[in-house]
Amino acid sequence: MEKMSRVTTALGSSSITGRTMFCHLDAPANAISVCRDAAQVVVAGRNIFKIYALEEEQFVEKLNLRVGRKPSLNFSCADVMWHQMEENLLATAATNGAVVTWNLGKPSRNKQDQLFTEHKRTVNKVCFHPTEAYMLLSGSQDGFMKCFDLRKKESVSTFSGQSESVRDVQFSMKDYFTFAASFENGNVQLWDIRRPDRYERMFTAHTGPVFCCDWHPDDRGWLATGGRDKMVKVWDMTTNRAKEIYCVQTIASVARVKWRPEKKFHLATCSMMVDHNIYVWDIRRPFIPFATFEEHKDVTTGIVWRHQHDPHYLLSGSKDSTLYQHMFKDATRPVDKANPEGLCFGLMGDLAFAVNESLVSSDAGRKPYPGGDRRYPFFSFKKPNPTEQFAHVSSALSVFETDLDSSRMDWFVKTAQLYLLSGKPFTELCDHNATVAQELKRPQVRRVRTKIIIRITGTANLNVSAFSFSMKEMGPESRLERCKGESRPDNVHLDLTSFPENEETEGSDGPTEYMFGDAELDDDDLYPMEHDNQTVPEEPVYTLPPEAFQLRHEIIDNPSAPEHLQQDKADSPHVSGNEAEVACLTPIESFSLISISQPLYSPHLHASFFCPIVREMLSHYAERGDVQMAVSVLIVLGERIRKEIDDLTQEHWYMSYIDLLQRFELWNVSNDVIKLSTCSAITCLNQTSTTLHINCSNCKRPMSNKGWICDRCRQCASACAVCHHVVKGLFVWCQGCSHGGHLEHIMNWLKNNSHCPAGCGHLCEYT
Amino acid sequence: MMEMQHQESLGRWDGLSSRDASSRAEAMEFICQEVMRKVEAIEPKKAATPALGSSPNSDLNDILVHLLMLSRRCPFEDVRGRCTQLLRDIQDLGIRIPRPLGSGPSRFIPEKEILQVSKVDASTQAIFEDAFAALHRLDNISLVMSFHPQYLGSFLRTQHYLLQMDGPLPLHYRHYICIMAAARHQCSYLVNLHVNDFLQVGGNTKWLNGLNEAPQKLQQLGEINKILAHRPWLLTKEHIERLLKTEEHSWSLAELIHAVVLLTHYHSLSSFTFGCGIMPEINCDGGHTFRPPSVSQYCVCDIANGNGHANHHDDLLGNQEMCGEVEELMERMKQLQECRDDEEASQEEMATRFEREKTESMLVVTSEDEECVPSRDISRHFEDTSYGYQDFSRRGEQVPTFRAQDYSWEDHGFSLVNRLYPDVGQMLDEKFQMAYNLTYNTMATHKDVDTSMLRRAIWNYIHCMFGIRYDDYDYGEINQLLDRSFKIYIKTMVCSPEKTTKRMYESFWRQFQHSEKVPVNLLLMEARMQAELLYALRAITRYMT
Repeated sequence: MEKMSRVTTALGSSSITGRTMFCHLDAPANAISVCRDAAQVVVAGRNIFKIYALEEEQFVEKLNLRVGRKPSLNFSCADVMWHQMEENLLATAATNGAVVTWNLGKPSRNKQDQLFTEHKRTVNKVCFHPTEAYMLLSGSQDGFMKCFDLRKKESVSTFSGQSESVRDVQFSMKDYFTFAASFENGNVQLWDIRRPDRYERMFTAHTGPVFCCDWHPDDRGWLATGGRDKMVKVWDMTTNRAKEIYCVQTIASVARVKWRPEKKFHLATCSMMVDHNIYVWDIRRPFIPFATFEEHKDVTTGIVWRHQHDPHYLLSGSKDSTLYQHMFKDATRPVDKANPEGLCFGLMGDLAFAVNESLVSSDAGRKPYPGGDRRYPFFSFKKPNPTEQFAHVSSALSVFETDLDSSRMDWFVKTAQLYLLSGKPFTELCDHNATVAQELKRPQVRRVRTKIIIRITGTANLNVSAFSFSMKEMGPESRLERCKGESRPDNVHLDLTSFPENEETEGSDGPTEYMFGDAELDDDDLYPMEHDNQTVPEEPVYTLPPEAFQLRHEIIDNPSAPEHLQQDKADSPHVSGNEAEVACLTPIESFSLISISQPLYSPHLHASFFCPIVREMLSHYAERGDVQMAVSVLIVLGERIRKEIDDLTQEHWYMSYIDLLQRFELWNVSNDVIKLSTCSAITCLNQTSTTLHINCSNCKRPMSNKGWICDRCRQCASACAVCHHVVKGLFVWCQGCSHGGHLEHIMNWLKNNSHCPAGCGHLCEYT
Repeated sequence: MMEMQHQESLGRWDGLSSRDASSRAEAMEFICQEVMRKVEAIEPKKAATPALGSSPNSDLNDILVHLLMLSRRCPFEDVRGRCTQLLRDIQDLGIRIPRPLGSGPSRFIPEKEILQVSKVDASTQAIFEDAFAALHRLDNISLVMSFHPQYLGSFLRTQHYLLQMDGPLPLHYRHYICIMAAARHQCSYLVNLHVNDFLQVGGNTKWLNGLNEAPQKLQQLGEINKILAHRPWLLTKEHIERLLKTEEHSWSLAELIHAVVLLTHYHSLSSFTFGCGIMPEINCDGGHTFRPPSVSQYCVCDIANGNGHANHHDDLLGNQEMCGEVEELMERMKQLQECRDDEEASQEEMATRFEREKTESMLVVTSEDEECVPSRDISRHFEDTSYGYQDFSRRGEQVPTFRAQDYSWEDHGFSLVNRLYPDVGQMLDEKFQMAYNLTYNTMATHKDVDTSMLRRAIWNYIHCMFGIRYDDYDYGEINQLLDRSFKIYIKTMVCSPEKTTKRMYESFWRQFQHSEKVPVNLLLMEARMQAELLYALRAITRYMT
């Protein structure tokens, strides 16, 4: 029998043609069903009950089954099913509890055939037996399922779920006698149609109602269920205990689920609330829908595959009063839009990076890591986790672990803390900051600071050449020229990489190694960071600069810049995904644009002359991810430079720097920066959420803002539990008993005691 | 003023809600000393001027009132004992101590029928302790609900989550919204309670002068508060749109859901409060007096609601006649169950029955005679006092019937709430189910009765008053199961709870136990809340699509 039906219905997909199309219904649909030959569809709802023919280009209304002047509630359908064997037979479940069958072969206008009013509550679902012509099953809100023999006037058997409302009933496609029922309390029951006294098996499938279930058309044991808990689960029923084999998490409660014909792992779902789309999932890939149909404007209430052996046509009805035929080829494929790369920083600075595997391998071939002497101390390639995917996508996950010892951001923290940004005369500030930088072994930074002094103070007694050589953006010719002119071209020679052309990072033996922001952004690859701790060039390396390189010279013998020649090149590593991200300003074409020419040597330069240079320099730093430098210089220079850089850029730098500081929990510094910044957008940061609400510790009433005494209970509000004095400063308190006091007092107290100093008996803990 | 003052001293009381007996004892000790100190301080003055109400005195009075409350309501035996003792000591010193006004937590239910705080089983005790620890009080509502500890647990959990736990709205907003909601029904009990809480979480006293002193944002909520409380079916997506449109004082969806849940919760809780005649808290206005007991019983609320002692008289008479009422009701239920099948009403008949029930619910007149004038105190919290319940199907405005099958709590409402305000959907779901299924299978003296039919009739009747129709329900059943006095009670309690009187409470189901009438109240409350919530959520859903 089953074989037979298979043969007769197995049409080649070629015989069904059509396109994505829709038609307006007069009323919201609650359910739809197709007839066996996939040529007609019935739409049922509270105020609609019609049959449409599916034609090549459009839906054509064939028949309106809602007849009579005053249609009764029997027409108000919660569900409809077209018999898969008998072309003229339909069944509907009415919201008033009636089960109605319809015979399209009737000559009269009213096609109603039988009416069963045995259920006391709304009938949620009707289901014909897949092969048996006269067997109809219904499931109702009253908790009963009934099996009707259409040749008789009443039900032949009643199944009591012994629990709450039945939401769905489905005959098994393979087992003649079995049907599944899903319940509002989260259970799914399996029944044998011959044994109405007791269910064969019951298991809890979801938390909250199970709205739908569907047997796999081919696989005997698979049952898909969808629930209000937003999950679709696939159960293997062949084993003794129902086993959950797949689980798909959707974004809204699942109202319907339908296996896709001819595709073993695909199923379609739609939601009851909030989400209007229809999703087709590959259950092996539960995180992203395989395909999405986004046509509906209101929730989709019914979905059905047009033909039981054709996976390319999906019909859907919706509350927005439309009926759609979706072509699978027109579906949106969310996977195409998904970002194939993922990047995440771990708590300890580890970096995980997942990417399409094909990209990784091709990358590796295409882009040899520059510089054979490079070490990549923490480049570990973790096992790629290939997942089988529909689009032949597989990803590789790499985890870059940081060397925990390499306190790589130390320099940042320290400099942030030590830099003086205000409060001293300008030159002193610069000096101080230069020293700080020096101590932290960031010679280059120091030099810049020194240079600033030179430039801005612009005193005539400066060795003019200091200017010229402080220009890191010199053209090669001028460099040579100046080298010659120098009395003592110093042996310190920095060979710096700069990246005007987004070039791959070429190695340099210079002291600074930067992480290159472009690496991850452009090339889907990552150079986590490079350490180059031990390269200490003993002698000047005179390389003729290739295009991308520019040399920078430093003249150390400048009297106003009393520095040491000794340049410890060991540089602290610069990292930073973070910085690169936050500081990505629009790239400035190239630094070599500024070619410094002769007039530079003039001893009577006005300070403002250097502003463009400083500006360029700052942008350069900022672009390389060192906003710290940019911002510090900006603050120190204050008015002198502010006008040169546009506000937006400044704000951007400030924001980036503040963000960084806050990530490193340098609250005080970040506050200083905010305070000192001249950018109005930044200073106003300090004016947000400045209110601190405190309650009096005695009476628990909010304190008004006058001093330390609560004006209600007239007691000192925040007395230290140890010394009983008022705490004016850092106040630490236990969140359990709300006693507290001076930070040190409490710390000392809790070193020796475990109880609260106030004697409240609470076991306070200081962490 | 009173509330504000007694709040001051509250800080010291916190220790008493600890679960640890020794820390309670310690806190108690501290309070004793404090009180004694105060007593001694006023002692000499008192001799000179015995007038009550001088300022140090009123401070002490507040403490005494609080002690009184604790001596009655604290779930901890030791604290109760100590407080009673302390009060007695103070009285011995010649200080006038307060005594509670009225008897027990409810005016309708004799105190002896309600669970004594001192005599509860372990699970209820645990719930009480939880509640006490969270709020430092055990309110009368909880005591009345403690007939049904299971429900009480769920109720308190939900309320605690709504008011105290993580949520989109700041704490003082939440309490203010509660005040707004309760004030709509002139429920002074809830208003007082939340004015206290509002101040305690640092709310601005100014807001309490009236809605127009509150932030614009809350003022905008006034409109839907009004509609939800009285005619929820008029709520449209435009109302929602107005609140959510982006501007300075706009609401976010999550905030709105939170507010809506709070509003509906407190509207229906007001119903419960009136429906059970909840007394003012001992430590709130009107809950206690310093007058000696000889002064005749005087309670503002009683007078306002026409609950003089006179009423008791005819009730006694009535009771005699109404014997057999229960039996009759049970008989009808049985009949309905049996003859369901043979007499199949036509669809049209069913529809008319719904209409009839709907229209008839209009005819159930709530006692109009007494124009309830809200006390100034509360009326300042809401505007447009004239806006009240209007019958669903009255006047020309044709509002389409709400079909329960098209938008139900289980399928739609839940998902929406849970999506925007996680976990609350679950809690409300549990609470609704608990209330709906609350039964001990008893009816008055009869045991093992299936009351599901009755419960469904009540539930659907309430939804019917709000214009929500269940396709699969025969509204003829309502007429058979609910008699007129019961309908009056339901309608009054649900639609204009402030008009509920003791007479109404007593005149329905005379033979039933109070413990059976309370679940009815719970059912009414939850049904009303769900009805309001459904309208609000439907409007929000429509806005979202």
